[in-house]
Amino acid sequence: MSTHFNEVTQRQSDGALAQARGRTAESAMRAPADVYEDQEGLTLVADMPGVSRERLDVRVDGDKLLLEGSVQFELPEQAEALYADVRSTLYRRSFALSRELDTAQIQATLKDGVLTVRIPKRAELRPRKIEVKGP
Amino acid sequence: MFGRLSPQNSLVEDFWRLHQELDEVLGDGLSSLGAIRSSPRGTFPAINVTQTPAEMQVFVFAPGVDPKKLDVSIQQGLLTISGERQIPVEEQATYYRQERFGGEFRRAISLADEVDPERVDATYRDGILRVRLQRREASRPRQIEIR
Repeated sequence: MSTHFNEVTQRQSDGALAQARGRTAESAMRAPADVYEDQEGLTLVADMPGVSRERLDVRVDGDKLLLEGSVQFELPEQAEALYADVRSTLYRRSFALSRELDTAQIQATLKDGVLTVRIPKRAELRPRKIEVKGP
Repeated sequence: MFGRLSPQNSLVEDFWRLHQELDEVLGDGLSSLGAIRSSPRGTFPAINVTQTPAEMQVFVFAPGVDPKKLDVSIQQGLLTISGERQIPVEEQATYYRQERFGGEFRRAISLADEVDPERVDATYRDGILRVRLQRREASRPRQIEIR
């Protein structure tokens, strides 16, 4: 089976997005993701803790699916960091979509910092069972 | 504010400053240099710790966890956060990528002595557990008036 869903390399996506937005990028974190496929489509699940709906951006640009989210910390003014596993406030991930996917029908949900993106296959391209008729 | 730790200026410089700050404030408790209870980088869940004169805050990046399955406890100066994240597996599906952590987890953080274990609150929102620990009044920095 061909790969339906290729991850765009970080170098490509960083360059493209940084150029598009003209900002010196705070280095973005790569949100860990699961990807699976069933008969009707593909599902992508990505961890983006701290991202609220207002700060999440899921976009299709050409054949690319772009996921971006920013984290908002509620911190008192004088707070200083003692220790930080997380050193960025930006998550970013992008994937190349293949043609049999129906990008107009993509649905995204966000719950407790977990983003789920459902990408259905075009109806006409879904596998169909061909009934074999008797003589 | 964690942006201060991001590689804007010099990653190496920030890295060493961070370790210095850690050693000064927490001893070996949290630092990856030698802490017996520390976890390797990339361990789920990630944690950040901040402080102000009045309180210490621990942020635990635990998306998709049922708050009922989170356990936060303090014992003998050790804050322990443990829980379980269940990742449902679609039996009929073909998996191409499984990067997300599933299963039981635990992180432990040595607290500075001046934290009051009776005054702690924890909230879970957007996949981040925030634990706020108050310092004891007596240990807060005070301005000494010069007469």
